[in-house]
Formats: sequence, structure tokens, C-alpha cells
Amino acid sequence: MAVSTLGSSSDVTKRVEQEIFRQGSDLKGSGFRAALLATLGISVLILVVLLGQVIVDGWPVLTTNFGDFWSGTLRSRSSDSKLGISQGLVGSFWIAITVAVLAFPIGIAAAIYLEEYAPQNLMTRVIDISIRNLAGVPSVVYGLLGLFLFVKLANNGQSSLYAGGITLAILVLPIIVITSAEAIRAVPSSLRQGAYGVGATKWDVIRTQVLPFAAPGILTGTLLSLSRAVGEAAPLILVGAITGRLAPRDGSFLDLGQFGDRFTAMPIVIVGWVQESGRDAGFAAAAGAAIVVLLALVIAMNSVAVMLRNYFENKRG
Amino acid sequence: MADISIPSTSAGAVGRDPLTVDALAGPRKRARKESFIKGIFFIAASVSIIISILIVASLVREAWTFATGVEWAKTWGQNGWFPRQGVYDMPTLLVSSLIVTVVAMLVAGPLGLGSAIYLSEYASKKTRSLLKPVLEVLAGVPSVVLGFFALFFISPQVIERIGRNGWLVIGALIFVAYIALVIGWARNLVQREAGTSIGTQVKRILILTALVATALILLWWINSVAGSADPAADNFFTVKRSGQLAAAAVGVGILTIPLVASVAEDALASVPKELRDASAGLGARKMTTTIQVVLPAAVSGIVAAFIIGISRALGETMVVFMAGGAADAARFTSSPFEGGLTMTAGMASLATGTDNVVGEGLTFQSLYFVGFVLFVLTLTLNIVAGRFVNRVREKY
Repeated sequence: MAVSTLGSSSDVTKRVEQEIFRQGSDLKGSGFRAALLATLGISVLILVVLLGQVIVDGWPVLTTNFGDFWSGTLRSRSSDSKLGISQGLVGSFWIAITVAVLAFPIGIAAAIYLEEYAPQNLMTRVIDISIRNLAGVPSVVYGLLGLFLFVKLANNGQSSLYAGGITLAILVLPIIVITSAEAIRAVPSSLRQGAYGVGATKWDVIRTQVLPFAAPGILTGTLLSLSRAVGEAAPLILVGAITGRLAPRDGSFLDLGQFGDRFTAMPIVIVGWVQESGRDAGFAAAAGAAIVVLLALVIAMNSVAVMLRNYFENKRG
Repeated sequence: MADISIPSTSAGAVGRDPLTVDALAGPRKRARKESFIKGIFFIAASVSIIISILIVASLVREAWTFATGVEWAKTWGQNGWFPRQGVYDMPTLLVSSLIVTVVAMLVAGPLGLGSAIYLSEYASKKTRSLLKPVLEVLAGVPSVVLGFFALFFISPQVIERIGRNGWLVIGALIFVAYIALVIGWARNLVQREAGTSIGTQVKRILILTALVATALILLWWINSVAGSADPAADNFFTVKRSGQLAAAAVGVGILTIPLVASVAEDALASVPKELRDASAGLGARKMTTTIQVVLPAAVSGIVAAFIIGISRALGETMVVFMAGGAADAARFTSSPFEGGLTMTAGMASLATGTDNVVGEGLTFQSLYFVGFVLFVLTLTLNIVAGRFVNRVREKY
């Protein structure tokens, strides 16, 4: 045992490790590592400063007249006690519903087709390419499409809530297709073979095996796309969402008649107030408060989505 | 097909009807239901084609009306973008877009790539699971929030606090660092020249030319910004707003960090572990392995990450619209310290100016013309990026 003459075995291991890794002597290497960590640190710091700034700006509004801020509407003066975000919340709520009703089923069905049915032919390739390219189209361009189809052609140049909702449903459709297709691709083929073996048809296999297994992944994708739709402003600006003053509506929150009316949404309320802040500085605080509400909504949806994904990833190893 | 029978070999089947393909196919009703369901899924999948066609059709139709109706002299070489007065100077929007994209990538490129390398090569599993979600949260922050942040924090606290002269010094430092990197790379090539094919050498000379050209453009830009008038005395805009292109560009850059990081990290993760092990086995340090082995192996994916970042920065609307420092019109500028409109912000401001853009001469159509240019640019970038991503996939 030649090793034992050098001292205790843990001592040797340590010395050998030091010789190999030269920890502490590799200054250049540690500098490089520190620089990389710094880039990540700066990104984290930016997020912290951003959240801090928004909360500090918006806190006074949220704490002093919280109830009015929820139920209030768009006003021309920031000192107006009836100033609030209710119209934005209603608009965003119905836009989210529209996206869920239109984009979820179509997107998931398209993903099922691409992963389970699609033959290897030209048509499939065209569908695949068009989805991939749509995912990279800037959001304003979707706004142009919405403006042309649902405002100019369908509604005589009058903007309406459904124009905004359908435009955003189109915007998130490719995201839903891509994330759902990924989730379906991850389903082990042994599950499918097992089901075919006991006489199931293709639809039976999809319904009873593929979809339940892919459900968490699909749900994550739909949640992420929903939060994207709720935070998106550019296409809504293009289809004519109201940034200035919007007359309050009589009638209930759930009144379906408002689909044909002019509308606003949470991000649009924020844009409007930021613009107004040049004229009336109090609007900056109101915008900050509205951002706190929007961020809480969006981050909650994203966190649930990410946690859901991590939970199932760990569970399935 | 009913006459094709399969000879039965098992004893239990004796006495029954012969097993036929028809029998295996099951009831016809079931087959009809199956093909009906398949049809529905196919229709859902083709929606994406219809949307693509509609986007291209609406853009081309209105852009064509603009292109045929407009006086072309008014789209080039004018002093600014004043769509309501019939002056549609494209260079104003294009140069502003270029400025915002370049500055945004100066922020997002190093930060995104650095984060990706750290997460993929250095971070322990625990650090990774802690820091990765932070980037994911940043990716989910709506652009209006960044617009607010750029206008009320980045502009006064970062851009204006450091000031024009401070930024010019920083710009000069970045320029020097860039030159040093290019020279170092070129020297490295000269040392390793033996044994490379002529094709590789031509490629390297082309890359070097492009890098030198970029350096010259950067130099010209820094010089022109340093020489331009002080924007403080500027009273030009219809509605004077706070904020400037630089603040908006930093905001856009922050939005782009997570995207660059995630695409670059995917590329790094696709480099086989064997390459790292082989390098370590030859005695290379971690840093050497990362820079000399992993990064060159993933270079296509990293290029793709930058291109996708550029495409995203080019298409970002709300941050520039809110913090870019111009309302509904903008004078031509090549300085990031002045207000300006990018292509996207120009479109958004045109659409908000009144509740109803429809039917105002060519103003409405100019929106689609700008949109068409933007669409073609981003589509080209995305297709090129896709090529690069596929190259990594094919390699490993």
C-alpha cells in the first residue's frame, strides 16, 4: 500500500484533486466564470429593479383608494376619484375568453393532426412551415390583419371588442400548436401500441392515452399563451382599442352585447395613462398601479404554468 | 377483398368463420367516424395556412395601393416621417429601427449569451433550478411594462444620468474592445493557417471584411452622434415627449435577453458531452473547454439566437412607442439620444392618433406599406435563423 505512506487517504484525495483542478490558481478561469455569473446577475437585478420601480410608483394609488381603483373608469384627470381600471379588466377578461374559446381547441386539434395523423407529404410541410413562420411574425403585423379584416372589411371601420379578441386568438394560435405538438411528441409510443393492441381505433388512442398523458404539457402551453394574450398591446392599438376616454357601459360585467362595442384592455389602459402623464403627472402613478395588477395576473399565470411543467417533469423523471 | 382469408392455425378457431381483412377492419360506421374526426383535425391544422395567406394578402393589397398611389419622392430623402402631411420618409423609420436594434442587441447579446453559457456549462443543478425561472419570469413580462420602465427609470436614471458624453466614452470603449477581439481572432487565424483549404480561407477573409466594415460603420456612427446638435433645445415634435431612442432600445434589449438566452442554451445543450470530456481528458481547463470546444461546436445555434433576437427587437412595438420620445411624427435622426419612431412605433402611433385610421387618403395604406417591409425583413431573418438551427441539429 504505497498510498498509505503519503498520509491519510482523504488527504491524498484532496491533494490529487487540487493538482487536477488547480482550484484557486486558475485566476483567468475564475474571472471568466465570475463574468458569466455577472451577466446572469445583471438580468436578475434588472427584474428586481423593474418590479421595485413599478411597485414604488403604483403603491400609493393601490393603498389609498383601492376600491375605487378597481371599479373606476378612464378619466381625463388623474385626481378624479372615479379613475380606475374596471374597463381594462372587463376588456382583458373577454379577450382572454375569446382566445380560450377560439385558439385553444383549434390549436390543440392542429397539433393532434400534425403529430398523430399528418402523412409525410407536401401539404404537411406547408402547414408546418406556415406555423413556424407565423410564430415569428411581429405582433403589430397581426394587428394590421385584424384592422383589415375585422375593422375595415367586417365592421365599416368601427373598432370592437371581438376584433381585438379574434386578433389575439390568431396571434397565440401558433404558440399553442407548437407547445401542444411538443407535449404530444413526448408521449411514449408504447402507450399507443398498447392501446392499439387491445383493439382501440386511432381516435380512441388519442382520447384515452395520448391526450391524458400530454395534458400537463398542453395546459402549460395554453396558460403561457393566455398570459401572452393578456399582456399584448400592439395588435390592440392597431385594431383601435381606446387609450383616451371610454364612456362607461351600463349593464353587467358579463353582458355579451359589449362584444360589438368599442373597448379597452389592461395593457391599453397602461399605455393611455403613460401618454397622459406628460400632461398630468399623476397618471404615472396610476399607470404604475395598473401595471402591478397586470403583472400580478401575468406572473401568476406564468408561475403556475412553469410549476406545472416542473412538477410533471420531475414526476416522470 | 372479402375473399382473402387467412388460414387459421390455432385449434380454437376451428369451426368458426375464416378471419378476413374486412372482419379486422371493424364496422364501417366506426371507420366513417374515424375519417370524419381526421377531417376535423385537418381543417384545424389548415387554419394556419389560411391565416398566413390572409396576412400576406392584406399586407400586399394595401401596400400595393400605397406604392402605386404615392409620390415616390415623398418616401425617400425627406426630413422626417409625417404621415398625416403626406410625407412618408422610409429612411427615418429604417434608421431608427436600426439604431434600436443595434443598441438592444448590445444589451441582449452579451447578457443573453453569458447567462446561457453560465446556465449550461457552470451552474450546479440547484443554481440552475433557482435562476432559470427568473429568466422565464422576465420572458413573460408584458412589453408595456418595459415601456413604462424605460420611460420612467432607464431614461432619467441611466441614459440621462450618465449623459451623452459618458455614453460616447462607453461607446468608444466598446469600439476598442471590438477592434481588439477582431485583431486577436485574425492573429489566431494567421498562426493556424497551415493546412486549411482555400474555401475556408476565402470564407474567413469575407468574415474579416464584414467585421472591419462593421467597425468603420460604428466609428462613423459614434462620430456623427458626437457631432450632432444638442437635443435639449429641440422643440420640433407636435407633442414633445420625454424619453429617447436609447432608453427604448435598452428596454427592447431587456425584453430580448430571455429569448437569446433560451435559444443559445438549447444550442449549447445540444453539444455532445463527449466533446467536453475529450477536451478535459487532454488537460484543458473548464474555460478553455468552453471557449475553444463548446462555443465553436454550438456556433450555428448561437448565431441563430442573435438573429432571432434581432428579429424580435425589430418587431417590438410598445417599448419604442411609449419611451422612444416621439408622438405621431418624427424628424430624421441618427442619434440614439433624440426622440424617434421605429417602423413598429410609427405604425402604432399612426393607429392611436385618432380612434379611426380608416379612410384618410394614403395614411391608412402607409401603415400596410411599413408593415409589409417589416414582415419581409423579419421573415427573412427567421428563415435564415431556422437554417442555422437546423445545421446544429443535423451535426449532432
